[in-house]
Amino acid sequence: MDVQTLTFLIVGLSFALYIGIAVWARAGSTKEFYVAGGGVHPFANGMATAADWMSAASFISMAGIISFAGYDGGVYLMGWTGGYVLLALCLAPYLRKFGKFTVPDFIGDRYYSQTARTVAVICAIFICFTYIAGQMRGVGVVFSRFLEVEIETGVYIGMVIVFFYAVLGGMKGITYTQVAQYCILVFAYLVPAVFLSLMMTGHVLPQTGFGATLADGSGMYLLDKLDGLSTELGFAQYTEGSKSMIDVFAITGALMVGTAGLPHVIVRFFTVPRVKDTRISAAWTLIFIAIVYTTAPALAGFARVNMVDTINGKDGAGTEYAQAPSWIKNWEKTGLITFNDKNGDGKMFYSAGKITDPASKNEIKIDRDIIVLATPEIADLPAWVIALVAAGGIAAALSTTAGLLLVISTSVSHDLLKRTFMPNISDKQELRAARLAAVVAITISAYFGINPPGFVASVVAFAFGLAASSFFPAIIMGIFSKTMNKEGAIAGMVSGILFTIGYIVYFKFISPDLNSAENWLFGISPEGIGLIGMVVNFVVAVAVQKVTKDIPAEVIEMVDSIRSPKGSSDAHAH
Amino acid sequence: MAFKNDEQAKAYWSENLSLMFKLLAIWFLVSFGFGILLVDVLNEISFFGFKLGFWFSQQGAIYTFVALIIVYAMKMNALDKKYGVDE
Repeated sequence: MDVQTLTFLIVGLSFALYIGIAVWARAGSTKEFYVAGGGVHPFANGMATAADWMSAASFISMAGIISFAGYDGGVYLMGWTGGYVLLALCLAPYLRKFGKFTVPDFIGDRYYSQTARTVAVICAIFICFTYIAGQMRGVGVVFSRFLEVEIETGVYIGMVIVFFYAVLGGMKGITYTQVAQYCILVFAYLVPAVFLSLMMTGHVLPQTGFGATLADGSGMYLLDKLDGLSTELGFAQYTEGSKSMIDVFAITGALMVGTAGLPHVIVRFFTVPRVKDTRISAAWTLIFIAIVYTTAPALAGFARVNMVDTINGKDGAGTEYAQAPSWIKNWEKTGLITFNDKNGDGKMFYSAGKITDPASKNEIKIDRDIIVLATPEIADLPAWVIALVAAGGIAAALSTTAGLLLVISTSVSHDLLKRTFMPNISDKQELRAARLAAVVAITISAYFGINPPGFVASVVAFAFGLAASSFFPAIIMGIFSKTMNKEGAIAGMVSGILFTIGYIVYFKFISPDLNSAENWLFGISPEGIGLIGMVVNFVVAVAVQKVTKDIPAEVIEMVDSIRSPKGSSDAHAH
Repeated sequence: MAFKNDEQAKAYWSENLSLMFKLLAIWFLVSFGFGILLVDVLNEISFFGFKLGFWFSQQGAIYTFVALIIVYAMKMNALDKKYGVDE
């Protein structure tokens, strides 16, 4: 069978599985819809959370970014997993004990204020839509390359599938679908990495193969070869990177606290029965995430060597374009590889610099998003591996999209309608509103998928910056301080967000030409500014709290109660 | 509140915080410390074919994070039992 038939078959089977699960796990009440009835086993919840967590960005883009950035790419590895540690140690068990459905719920109750709740709802919705736009691009890339359908058709198919299991099944359907999606995506990620590791170094585990010597008889270490290639072609050394230390520090920090504040991940911890299970489930989740995250840098290294060797040839003199391997031609059609034969010798050559710049020898431009998807083809792996990777990429994008859609629909039906504007609606009406909100959200996301805003990459900085500078400090102070009051929390959130948005908008949209290290505050790029935004939030909150009223006694009682794990199952049935 | 008295509640909370801060100190050390601030020094050391600082940033920090969360889950669940607030 050829690659395309196989891809249709494997992707089709995975879709059938998702829909089957959705029909089996239909949600009947708001509690089932929002938090799967709070009855999911910690192991299954761990897998589902891992799939929710690992988006199209993790699956499709991360190894590609590391492949091009080397050491600098480590900010994503440490940032995303390190943020998870913060979440598991400082937030998840307490929020589970609090026992309601959403992050704005916590902010609104803890700070006894509708204003705080509304600020939180707006942040949550904004973060989620920003994120969804990225997922849709991932779905589009996979469909347009592997199924050779128009991007529009691809997005429609993806949306119909998500519609089925998110709208029908709510959190219950999503959770069990995500378990299946995790299995597909981890298998799809590991298979090519293990193949490559065996081929290039003789090690079964990519994690050790990555540091081993090459199996081509040269006895050279893979990483030494990478460093050598990078310097030769005019890039920074692979293991050193080119970003300044303070910027690497700030970006890692912003990603960590931003990750810990992502509403669609926090809400996953409400789906297990007890506080104890939250902790165990968090441990399982990080194990499942670590399997992919420790493989990613290895895959990145293998892919880099393979790619440069294929394009520049073993002798480093360039490969004839006429004899270019089929993956180059295939990806050229999607516009994600561009070849510009500057010196007219009919050969391709890859190095640092822009392909339009006559001073650089570089003749080939490669979008970093294709690295993971193209690697099986670059390494000439069997057709079923290519098909599997396509199914894995789609699984990663769909699982995260579903989790985000749920947060949006919950924010609208629960936080806005039930808790703010229409407190008297019945459970049934609320459920209907949640489903309706999910439909609207899917439609808006489909629009973004078909007409992707040109600034997708830059708005991602927004999502993490916003979460870091708004939710994270507010939740931390809500749990660990018995004095933080509503005035302080609101002032902190608003100033943290305004500072962060202002900085990002200034450098990304108003004066992009000034966006370079010498103009940045302390040398911190817009990607890392969320860390400073978080500090601003803390400082303003504490200062305002000092000069305003004390918090009411019943709120102090509530803080005491979330600090004690006992009784979480009762607290849940409110 | 399910504690026998306020003292118990305070003792539980301070043990909880002390565990959390110890684990967060390790969390900071392996990522921001070994992976970023001390990376140049550690890169002088070779570790199974990796430069050590680079290894921490792309592998070691993640393994440590997993260990931290497992230790946290086990110790906290034991602490809950000790104070009789487990479920």
